[in-house]
Amino acid sequence: MSTVILLTLTGLGLAALYFLVASGLSLVFGLADVLNFAHGLFLGVGAYATWWAAGNLPGAGADGLGFVVAVVFGVLAGSAVAVLVELVLIRPLYSRTIEQVLVTVGLSLAGVALLQATWGADARPFPRPGWTRDVTSVLGAQVPNAGLLLIVAAAVVLGALLAFLRFTRYGLIIRAGVENREMVTALGIDVRKAFTLVFAIGGAAAALAGALGSVYFGTVSPGQGGSLLIFAFIVVVIGGMGSVVGSAYAAVAVGLLQQFVNYYGTSGLGDLCVVGLLAVVLLLRPQGLAGKVAHA
Amino acid sequence: MTEPVLSVENLSVRIAGLHILQGVSFEVAPTGVTVLLGRNGVGKTTTLRAIVGLTPRNGEVRGTVRMGAQSLLARPTHRLVRDGLGYVPEDRCVFAALTVTENLRLAERRGTTPAYDKVYALFPELDRRGRQRAGSLSGGQQQMLAIGRVLLNDNRLLLVDEPTKGLAPKVVTEVAEVLERVAESVPVLLVEQNLAVVRRLAKDAVVLSAGRVAWTGDAQDLLLETALTKSLLGVGSEVPVSARSEPGLRAPQSRTKGGSA
Repeated sequence: MSTVILLTLTGLGLAALYFLVASGLSLVFGLADVLNFAHGLFLGVGAYATWWAAGNLPGAGADGLGFVVAVVFGVLAGSAVAVLVELVLIRPLYSRTIEQVLVTVGLSLAGVALLQATWGADARPFPRPGWTRDVTSVLGAQVPNAGLLLIVAAAVVLGALLAFLRFTRYGLIIRAGVENREMVTALGIDVRKAFTLVFAIGGAAAALAGALGSVYFGTVSPGQGGSLLIFAFIVVVIGGMGSVVGSAYAAVAVGLLQQFVNYYGTSGLGDLCVVGLLAVVLLLRPQGLAGKVAHA
Repeated sequence: MTEPVLSVENLSVRIAGLHILQGVSFEVAPTGVTVLLGRNGVGKTTTLRAIVGLTPRNGEVRGTVRMGAQSLLARPTHRLVRDGLGYVPEDRCVFAALTVTENLRLAERRGTTPAYDKVYALFPELDRRGRQRAGSLSGGQQQMLAIGRVLLNDNRLLLVDEPTKGLAPKVVTEVAEVLERVAESVPVLLVEQNLAVVRRLAKDAVVLSAGRVAWTGDAQDLLLETALTKSLLGVGSEVPVSARSEPGLRAPQSRTKGGSA
C-alpha cells in the first residue's frame, strides 16, 4: 500500500513539473499559435538564475527566506527572457509558422550552448533548503519533501492561473483570443499585449519549474529544459491547446502513468506508454481532453 | 452633397493569387443604411474585411479608404475600431465558451461608459441570459449578441455583414427592426442577401459584380427595376411593397454553397 502511495505522490510531483512547463506552452500556442521550442530555455534560465542568486545575490541564499528570494529572482529572470524573446524574435514572425519553428529551435540550441559555455556542461549541485532533502511520512510512505513542494507549487500556480483567467480583463481577453483571435482585435483590443503577457506568464511558470525541479533532482544542468520540454509538449497535446485545466489533467495522467509503469514494468517502458497514450488521444480526440472550442 | 462618412477609392484585394476586388470605388452616406449587394462570391465580405483591416496576411490590399479625413488601410484593426468603426462579422463570431456578459464585457473600451442600457433595451434577451454560454444561444440570439457588442460603444460607422443569414423569419424581422433603429443614429454599411430586408432598410445601394462596382444609386430605385435586379443580382425583386414590414419574407434566390465571399 505504501508503495502505491509513494508512487502516486512521486508521480504527482512529476506531473507538477510537467504542468508548470506545459501550462505556459499551452497558453502561448492556444492564443498566439506559436509552437515555442525555446520554452525549455526559460526553464534553464530560471534554474540557473536561482542557482546564481543563491550564491551571489545580496539577501538571497540556500535556506529560508533567502531561498525564496533566490527563486523569485529566477522566476523574474525566466519571465524577462520570455518577454524579450516574444518582443524581439516572435513578434515579427506571427503567422509565419515555419520561421517560428526555426527561430525557436535555434534559440533553444543556442541557449543551452550559452549556459554550457558560461557554467560548463556538467551538472552542478543545486543549493536547496535542508528540509527539502528530508522525507515526510504519508500513510506509511516516505515521500520526498521536494516532490511535495512541487505539488503544492503547481496547485498554487493552477489556482492563480484559473483566477487570473476567470476574474481579470486580460484573462478574459486570453480566453477569447484562444477561441477567435481575429474577433478580439475586431472589438478594439490590441491582442499583441496579451501575447506578451502569456509569454511572461509561461516564462515565469517554466522558470519556477526550473528552480523547483532542480531542488527535486538536487542538480542543475544546461540540458534539463530540453528533456522536460518533450513531455511538456505531450501534455499540451493530450490536454488540448490553450487549456490550462486540460494541461493539469494531462500532466497528472502522464506523470502517474510514467511512474507506475516504470516501477511495475521495465524502466523506460513508462515513457513508451506515454507516447502510446498520446497516440490514442490523437486518434480518438484530436483536439485533446479540453481543446479549443473554436478555431480562429 | 453632404460629406460621406466613408469613401472607398480604387480598392483592390488580391488573396492567394486571386484578384478578388479590382478597383472598387464607392461612398457611404453619413446617415442611413448603404447596402452592398451582389451575387455570391463577388467580394462583398472581402470589401468589408479590407475596410476594417482583416484581410488575411497572404493578401494584398491597394487603394484608398477614408473615414472622414482619416486614411484607414495602413492602420491596425483595433485602432480603427477604437476610432469608431464597428464591425459585425458574417456568422456572428461570438465567443462560444464565454458567457453573454463576458462577450459584452470584452467590447468595453477604456475611458468610455458602455451603453448597457441601450443594448439591453434593444435586446432584453441578452440581459436575461447574461450567465449563459454564448455557444448555447440560438442563431438569432447570437446575432443579437454580435450586434449588441458593437452598440456598447459610440461608433461613427457600422459595418454589418449578412446579419439575417440563416435566421428564422421572425428573428429576421427583429434584427431588421433593430438595424432600422440603430441606423437612425449611426450610418451603416450593410451586406445583405435578403431583398425584403434591403427594401426595408436601405437608402443607397452599391452592387458588386466580379470584383467591380456594377451599379450605385438609390436602393429603392434598384429594387423597383425587376429586370435590372435580375441581371445584377441574379434574383427577382418581386417582393411586394407590403413586405416592408415583413422582412422575414425572403425573395426567391439561388444561393450557392459557401456563402458570400
